[in-house]
Amino acid sequence: MRAVISYIGRNRSLLVGTVLLLALAAFVFVGALLVDTENARPLSVPILRPPSWDYPFGTDKTGRDLFAVMVVGTPLTLRIGFIAGFLGVGFATILAFTAAFYRGMTDTIIRSIADIGLTVPSLLVLILIAVSIRGSLTVNQMALIVASLAWLNPTRTIRSQVLTLRERGYVELAAMSGMRGPEIIFCELMPNLLPYIGATLVSSVSSAILASIGLEVLGLGPMEAPTLGMTLYWVNFYAAMINGWWWWWIPPIVIIVVVFLGLFFVTVGLDEIANPRLRRSA
Amino acid sequence: MTELLRAEHATKTFGPLTALSDLSLTIDERRPAITAVVGESGSGKTTLARVLLGLEMPSSGRVLYRGKDLRTLGTEARMTFRREVQAIFQDPYEVYNPFYRVDHVLLTPVRKFRLAMSAAQRRALIEAALRAVGLQPEEILGRFPHQLSGGQRQRIMVARALLLRPKLIVADEPVSMVDASLRATILTSLRTLHEELGISIVYITHDLATAYQISHNILVMYRARVAEAGATDGIVTRPEHPYTRLLIASIPRVSSERNWGAAAEAAAAGPGGAGCAFMGRCPEGGAACAATPPPLFRTAVDRAVACYRYREAPELAGADLGEVLIGRPGAPPPDPAKGREAL
Amino acid sequence: MSGAVLEVTDLCVSYAHPLGLVRAVDGVSFRLAPGERFGLAGESGCGKSTMALAILRMIRPPGRIDGGSVRLDGVELSSLSREAMRQLRLAGIALVPQGSMNSLNPVMRIGRQIEDALANHGVALPRKALNARIADLLSTVGLRGEVAAMYPHELSGGMKQRACIAIAICLSPRVIIADEPTSALDVVVQRQVMETLARVQRDLGAAVILVGHDMGLMAQFVDRLGIMYAGRLVEVAPVGTMVTAPRHPYTRALISSLPSLDRKGELQGIPGLAPLLRDLPPGCAFHPRCPLAAERCRREAPALRTAGEAAVVACHFAETAP
Repeated sequence: MRAVISYIGRNRSLLVGTVLLLALAAFVFVGALLVDTENARPLSVPILRPPSWDYPFGTDKTGRDLFAVMVVGTPLTLRIGFIAGFLGVGFATILAFTAAFYRGMTDTIIRSIADIGLTVPSLLVLILIAVSIRGSLTVNQMALIVASLAWLNPTRTIRSQVLTLRERGYVELAAMSGMRGPEIIFCELMPNLLPYIGATLVSSVSSAILASIGLEVLGLGPMEAPTLGMTLYWVNFYAAMINGWWWWWIPPIVIIVVVFLGLFFVTVGLDEIANPRLRRSA
Repeated sequence: MTELLRAEHATKTFGPLTALSDLSLTIDERRPAITAVVGESGSGKTTLARVLLGLEMPSSGRVLYRGKDLRTLGTEARMTFRREVQAIFQDPYEVYNPFYRVDHVLLTPVRKFRLAMSAAQRRALIEAALRAVGLQPEEILGRFPHQLSGGQRQRIMVARALLLRPKLIVADEPVSMVDASLRATILTSLRTLHEELGISIVYITHDLATAYQISHNILVMYRARVAEAGATDGIVTRPEHPYTRLLIASIPRVSSERNWGAAAEAAAAGPGGAGCAFMGRCPEGGAACAATPPPLFRTAVDRAVACYRYREAPELAGADLGEVLIGRPGAPPPDPAKGREAL
Repeated sequence: MSGAVLEVTDLCVSYAHPLGLVRAVDGVSFRLAPGERFGLAGESGCGKSTMALAILRMIRPPGRIDGGSVRLDGVELSSLSREAMRQLRLAGIALVPQGSMNSLNPVMRIGRQIEDALANHGVALPRKALNARIADLLSTVGLRGEVAAMYPHELSGGMKQRACIAIAICLSPRVIIADEPTSALDVVVQRQVMETLARVQRDLGAAVILVGHDMGLMAQFVDRLGIMYAGRLVEVAPVGTMVTAPRHPYTRALISSLPSLDRKGELQGIPGLAPLLRDLPPGCAFHPRCPLAAERCRREAPALRTAGEAAVVACHFAETAP
């Protein structure tokens, strides 16, 4: 454990990213203790109050306590990102390993599907899917929609990494020691790719959050949920910027920026682990 | 069936490049021997190793394991094949998965081939194998590959091969990436494996001197074909193929005499034509050399040469090199004390 | 004594490694007579390649030349400005590096690379004269004129190495340092390349330092041989003497470990492992593996002392050993 902490200390990007994300987690955790989360619903509190002691982030036009909205909405947004990111990369990993290890027709098919999928503008597809679902969306359904396209790029990148590892001497030696295909994939190849998959995962979560916020701002998200993206949607809907209700649109934007910066720095930090050539010497 | 491995007119091409051409060789388990395959890079010796090991399938011709084509081996037969035919590779760095300790490389075959019944038995087996190659288990087990030297890693590979008690080990340049002072130890342990356990060894190398020291037979390869093959002593002291002669004359000797002074002929390593691949550099040569590559002529009971100079001699039956090597049917067993055929 | 074309005195090179200071070259001294062929042999990690780079003052951080002097024709190289040293490289001392494959620019034709070398040292000739000079250089190393228009990947390993030799001699240097010039080549091509180098060197009257680990190559090519171990020179002698009557225990072990093509015998190695350069044993660096090791060897590192004509050995038992 000590080695891990000391390494994070030396890897500046990882340090900054971890600190940012931990700060956000602290905000959510402490905030939930300080405020009544029910006030994130509309018609809970007086409308359009600027920030004060009672309402640190003020209130919005529909009567939500914005502090409560941030405290509740941040984890929701992150949840969409994590579910979509994990599903996407999980699926991509399975496909990538299968394609790269077995090659031949399997590889051609998987690669072609991914390549074709990548040429289609993803936002367009997501919008189409979101629009065609009748009734209101739940947060989990959002996550699944975003996940449906999140696996495309990771499949390609993880596949190329596996292809390079596949030619290593120890893979051949494992075959000569009696190991069979799936076992070689799991025992010999996978462990060496964990850092790379980790970095891909974080960046995938990041893109998923961005995609979901994009959909929500367009009004295609779960309307009831006080997610960050939906908050921005309402900001737009009620023209909060023009009306000068600055306390309404600043907090979600700041939190979104913190989320992305945090995830970005963590990705760069993990990249350094995954690619030893980037490592600064101890 | 005592024929362990048999290559029949095996040829391997990679696109336009012919890496191995028409090689036939039988390895019989009743008469184990150490056979060196010597050649420059690009001569086909590594391809030969990989084809024998089943890591590459020949483009034409076939390789039989105990009479069965390697391509059609069932799962169980494949396991037996892997058990009886093992390999030691050239690069002692690449064969280790950096994620695992070196124990992994020894435990895997023990597990997969069920060589031990309990954890204690496993450990005993592994420790014995390490000691047999001159390593101390306490210094080796539990370490990561990057903590050990190249020589130690390669010795672990020999120990690994030993665990399985194979009938044949194909060692592809096992000491070329190891320090000179450690080469002797590794090569000696290979020879000991042969002498004590009757394991046949195919030793691929570019270093004719080490081949001379430990092997009973030598196959000299040039441009995907075997130029000359036979008992080691004969090949080194009385080489017959012009390429073998050139090779031996070019090796710098560690002696106060300057034998290198002899004039070198023109480099002219041109592209292969239809005939003998060595034609462009050959000091002798006739009309026949340009037409087709020469077949293997059997110039002695223990020698075959692919050169038209020897066309008076009969052609080697089936072009099977196994006929002229020690380990051939009817050959007396090699004398370990002299490292050559007992007379 | 004057007359030496290259004089290395007490050269020390170290690298800063996080786990300790690495003494790659520790007080190495030798002289090179004009036109002489000197071999610098040792196993991997003994410091010989670092020596070659240090002579050319091409050591980069974290490496550093700690001390000692290198004189070319009496001129102290450390006193030269950077520009003067740059001019001296190739014109005074040339390097034929290891691994010809990597030292030639893959996207430039051979002729152009020779041109570059000449131009960088202020040789400005009209086109016709330049082409003639290049063709001349190529034929000196046994390459056909057409090679000037070819790219490195179109040449074989031996031809590439000879092209490197051509670049190395284009300004007629006084000293040629060849660092394992034939390690990637097969035996037959190796002989051709070395014979080319020998001829070229004789014609130019240049001295050659051959760095390598192939004792057979040394025996056939050099006049005098220096053996390095753990960053120090342990023995220097005429090559014939060294091969037939080596004095240092390491040299003896090294020579007897070489497999011969004349006689079958027991293959011998040298027990133990070469020491890590950042963690050298006290006293003589070889003592943990030496059959003659005594208490004195653990305490005191032996200095190079004369033993016999023209030979020096760093061993406490040099005189007494048979």
